[in-house]
Amino acid sequence: MELLEIKDLGKRFGGLQALSEINLSVMKNTVHAIIGPNGAGKSTLLNCIVGKLMPSSGSVMFDGYSLLGRSAHEINQLGISRVFQTPEVFGDLNVLENMLIPCLAKRDGAFRLHALKSIDDEKQLREKAEDVLEDMGLIDKRHMKAASMSRGDKRRLEIAMCLAQDPKLLLLDEPTAGMARADTNNTIDLLKRIKQERDITIAIIEHDMHVVFSLADHITVLAQGTPLVSDTPDNIKGHPKVKEAYLGETQQV
Amino acid sequence: MDSIILQILNGLDKGSAYALIALGLTLIFGTLGVVNFAHGALFMIGAFCAVTLNRILTLSHQVIDNTRTDFLGNPLKVDIPYIYDFFGENIGRAIIDWSVPLSILFAIPIMIAIGVIMERGLIRHFYHRPHADQILVTFGLAIVLQEVIKFYYGANPIPSPAPEAFKGSFDFGALVGFDPNTIIYPYWRLVYFCFSLIVIGAIFAFLQFTTFGMVVRAGMADRETVGLLGIDIDRRFTIMFGIAAAVTGLAGVMYVPINPPNYHMGMDFLVLSFVVVVVGGMGSLSGAVLAGFMLGILESFASMREVIDLLPGINQIIIYLVAIIILLTRPRGLMGRRGVMED
Amino acid sequence: MFKLNKKDLRTLIIVILLALFAPFLLNPFPTDSALAQFNAGYPDLMQRFVIFGIFAVGFNILFGLTGYLSFGHAAFLGAGSYAAIWMMKLLTMNIIPAIIISVIVAGIFSLFVGWISLRRSGIYFSILTLAFSMMSYQLAYSVLTPITGGETGLQPKVNDPRLLDGALAEGAIPKANLFGLDMSQSYDMSLGAWSFTFNSGYYIAAAFLILSFYLSIRIFRSPFGMMLRAVKSNQQRMTYTGLDPKPYTLAAFVISGMYAGLAGGLLVAMDTQAGAERMFWTASGEVVLMTILGGVGTLIGPVLGSGAIKYMENIISKINSDILHTWFAFLPDGLENVIVAIIYPFIGKGWHLTLGLLFMIVVIALPGGLVEGAQRLSRLFKKGKNKSNENE
Repeated sequence: MELLEIKDLGKRFGGLQALSEINLSVMKNTVHAIIGPNGAGKSTLLNCIVGKLMPSSGSVMFDGYSLLGRSAHEINQLGISRVFQTPEVFGDLNVLENMLIPCLAKRDGAFRLHALKSIDDEKQLREKAEDVLEDMGLIDKRHMKAASMSRGDKRRLEIAMCLAQDPKLLLLDEPTAGMARADTNNTIDLLKRIKQERDITIAIIEHDMHVVFSLADHITVLAQGTPLVSDTPDNIKGHPKVKEAYLGETQQV
Repeated sequence: MDSIILQILNGLDKGSAYALIALGLTLIFGTLGVVNFAHGALFMIGAFCAVTLNRILTLSHQVIDNTRTDFLGNPLKVDIPYIYDFFGENIGRAIIDWSVPLSILFAIPIMIAIGVIMERGLIRHFYHRPHADQILVTFGLAIVLQEVIKFYYGANPIPSPAPEAFKGSFDFGALVGFDPNTIIYPYWRLVYFCFSLIVIGAIFAFLQFTTFGMVVRAGMADRETVGLLGIDIDRRFTIMFGIAAAVTGLAGVMYVPINPPNYHMGMDFLVLSFVVVVVGGMGSLSGAVLAGFMLGILESFASMREVIDLLPGINQIIIYLVAIIILLTRPRGLMGRRGVMED
Repeated sequence: MFKLNKKDLRTLIIVILLALFAPFLLNPFPTDSALAQFNAGYPDLMQRFVIFGIFAVGFNILFGLTGYLSFGHAAFLGAGSYAAIWMMKLLTMNIIPAIIISVIVAGIFSLFVGWISLRRSGIYFSILTLAFSMMSYQLAYSVLTPITGGETGLQPKVNDPRLLDGALAEGAIPKANLFGLDMSQSYDMSLGAWSFTFNSGYYIAAAFLILSFYLSIRIFRSPFGMMLRAVKSNQQRMTYTGLDPKPYTLAAFVISGMYAGLAGGLLVAMDTQAGAERMFWTASGEVVLMTILGGVGTLIGPVLGSGAIKYMENIISKINSDILHTWFAFLPDGLENVIVAIIYPFIGKGWHLTLGLLFMIVVIALPGGLVEGAQRLSRLFKKGKNKSNENE
């Protein structure tokens, strides 16, 4: 069953056609990778899904709702959580507080004036937050200020914040960019585990072929703003068009 | 028709002041990315340079004049400025008469020095602090500068007249074919307008045609890259701060005959000059100049009797109103680039 | 207790004690001693301590938590003052309706200004709020004179309608009261060489400060307060976490505007007059100063900051050169004159110079304000203690 369905999507910036005729379906409980050379339009596509950019044409359906014209926070409330290329966390707040915010957002919606309630009384949310932190191996750092954590830990925290919302779709924007090999492998293992243990769909934009082929159930190759092929990893590997457009003859897969 | 021309002329002198101050402010914004709340104080210090020179020139010693007597019949004591002793009475009198224009020469080195000291001593350490900190520390500095001036010059406005040759008004209307006495315009305001055009022209030419200006403009666009080219951009920015201070100070010097300077004139102009910069577009030099003149003229139109009858109080708030509308509909201002200073 | 944790409860108790015993704490010097001019325990000044404390505590909810620097909050204080005076003119000299209406009017006004200004952030937001407050000031001075009294300002007059109060005798002065308790009523207590003044108006204002301070603690520790800190920290992450930052910021803006209105209403309750100069942008600058000086984003900072600034404003500005000469009379004449000449620019009318310098020093060297300074001192102290323990 399709969770996210993009039809005939196009995006123009003035005279530049950044995306055209994008047709793409992300099936439930799969990991769908979107790859492509620089400037292929991967980030633009992502921004069109999460509500940062308004597509010029086409439609984006998610779980029965149209995403067009919705703002970023509404789209998140529908069940799409996003992980950024450089980890975005609340640097001035400690780890536990970082976790409580998505928990509150999940429970109370986009805005609620709980000005006289004490945060210490939110026992249930706290338990939930600590569960996820435990799961992600961050429980010992819960009183640490987020800004002072290592990049790898920030990435973990960011993923934990997304998971705390129990999203239907987790969007990852180059989650291993700039990471050392060991950190990359850890992240792959983490994502594999998340995929197995949770009822979750993952869409991932990635440069690193190692990451893509370790995780993806399905791969879409973008080139010059339009999908080249969309198929299983095995078929993509041998696809002549893909080799030509993106991987190059010498690239090891 | 004649009343429209009159309002435009009336707006020009205030517009010139706005344009010059905003130009200086933009040089600092654009080159250094610093929000300088002490900028109004520079304008005020410029004006007090003129006051100071006037005081220096009129330093006197007392001489007993035996040819005249006071009302008690004693010989009259007369103050003779030292400058009469040096140059003779006629030339001395002329020099004192021209003290305001002469202050330009006096003010330029002083203002540059103040600007450089400010940048080296204080502002430099705030490049990487949040804008709120920059606002706050320069706000503190503005208070200090204003209080120092108040301590030495007192709280009352100090009038310093324009040279005799530029006193009074002329009939602009008669010159261009309207009925006589419909458009009367003071000479000094015309002088101020021309002066501001010369300064603005000089700054633009300087940035456009010298290699120094080229580097600074490149630095405004992309500071890091210019730094990577091995150019000492920091030193150039210090000099730019000095120049910005000089431009603002000169605006103050020449404004003295129009408006006798007092210690709080800087604060009075500060808010307005920020509004001008925002309307013109953060970081755009031509925007600052354009917005300065535009708001000056708009303000004078809003003070017309007909307009006030229609919209009471509009003359008091027109500038703020324009600023709010511009900020909401076109946040980068008339000519600004997108995203400057937008956190 | 009061749904506060131990640390917050301790802070609250400190503020309560400070407020209750202010008449003693601020008059530490015997009345006839040379140092008596440092006494600040007279009603007028004590009232201003707590009223501006309320103003700064509210401002800190906006600036301290969200990081949005408003340069226009004096406009809300002014609006609150005008509203309170009108209540005293039309309804009753009882301060309760006046204070309620001042909070409401300031709230509505700040909702309007905030709704527009919060479309922009950073320096643009600051300039928008500045423009709004300057517009309010200019209008209050000119066109709105029928409502604001223009240059002369507003005072309750004998023949105002005052629907709830009985008519006053000709020539009587309408006095602000709380169900008959006159705001200017004081009780003087003499203890030996010392004397202390207990003023009813002060204690009512102090009660409001304690209540406001308690509310601000609750807001700081609430989910809402955490969201405000999230606004300051990372709005992008907030949006992609399904939260809309704007209503949160606007709510903080309105709450701080209502605090400003309360302060404005109390100013009128203590001294029944209002003028446009209350709205001038330097007045907005002053509350920024108080917050920064005390410590932005800390609970008790704004209270300390407003106290320090109002104290300086009133005490330093009263010192003159004669007083300086008596202080340094023990020095040789020449030295005495030199020292007096050096200090003189910083006192009396020059107290603004001291203020400006202090302000720069705080921003440069102590961005956390007095609170951070105190923390550093106590850490230094503890360190020293530990070291001496190790030596033993």
